Amino acid sequence: MESVFFYLFAGLTLLCGVLVMANPFSRSPVTSAMFLVLTIVFMAGLFVQLHAFFLAAVQVLVYAGAVMVLFVFVIMLLDLKEEDRRRIKSAMAVLGVVAVGVIAFAMIRTLKQSDVGQLLAQPALEGSTKLIGKSIFTDFALPVEILSLLLLVAVIGTVLLSKKDLK
Amino acid sequence: MSAVSLQDYLVVSILLFCVGLLGVIVRRNLIVMFMSLELMLNAANLALVAFSRFNNNIKGQVLVLFIITVAAAEVALGLALIVALYRRRRTAHVEDLATMRL
Repeated sequence: MESVFFYLFAGLTLLCGVLVMANPFSRSPVTSAMFLVLTIVFMAGLFVQLHAFFLAAVQVLVYAGAVMVLFVFVIMLLDLKEEDRRRIKSAMAVLGVVAVGVIAFAMIRTLKQSDVGQLLAQPALEGSTKLIGKSIFTDFALPVEILSLLLLVAVIGTVLLSKKDLK
Repeated sequence: MSAVSLQDYLVVSILLFCVGLLGVIVRRNLIVMFMSLELMLNAANLALVAFSRFNNNIKGQVLVLFIITVAAAEVALGLALIVALYRRRRTAHVEDLATMRL
């Protein structure tokens, strides 16, 4: 039963991921954004399969909620109608597919040759909110503080960058 | 059906990463390239969560939480840069942005 859900979510994640990159029916960035939302939601399903419930919720809230709304707003701001008229250069596409194919082949071959998958066949961890919270506020207290500073810097930078006259 | 192993999750992660990489290489629209970048980050997240689960170590999931936070900051800043660039050059297409002069 578990493996049925794994293959379902993994297949849907990969399918939607491919449709983000190259959709045969529409070249519009909005379509890409919608398929990215689907990819993220299905990946949250995979997180649930891995018993990382907190991260699944955060994935849906932060990525599918906040980040993708930002993407869609910017797409609306930019008026990207001309994208449909442009064509992907086929030579570039072929080169890209070949290069990425070689990388994928190398990585999967390395994975198959190592014993990382067989050694750890028994899953154990329950990624509960309590465990993550405990870890964040004891072992990773300083990194969390630095992260909050990073968010502040990002907010200030975004406000500065979106001012009308960049001085 | 046999149980799902760590290797299966890692294969999915690798494939998703490669899809994202291909998107960055092939597509020429800045926004779509940026979305492909998010796809790659998500693939790394999946690998980390899988490692965390199968190694019985919560630190992987804490790292994923950090990555999600940094990615959110990165998206906000990157999109602000794209909007600023679009205001100057009226394009979000990398082939039109060949010079560094604004």
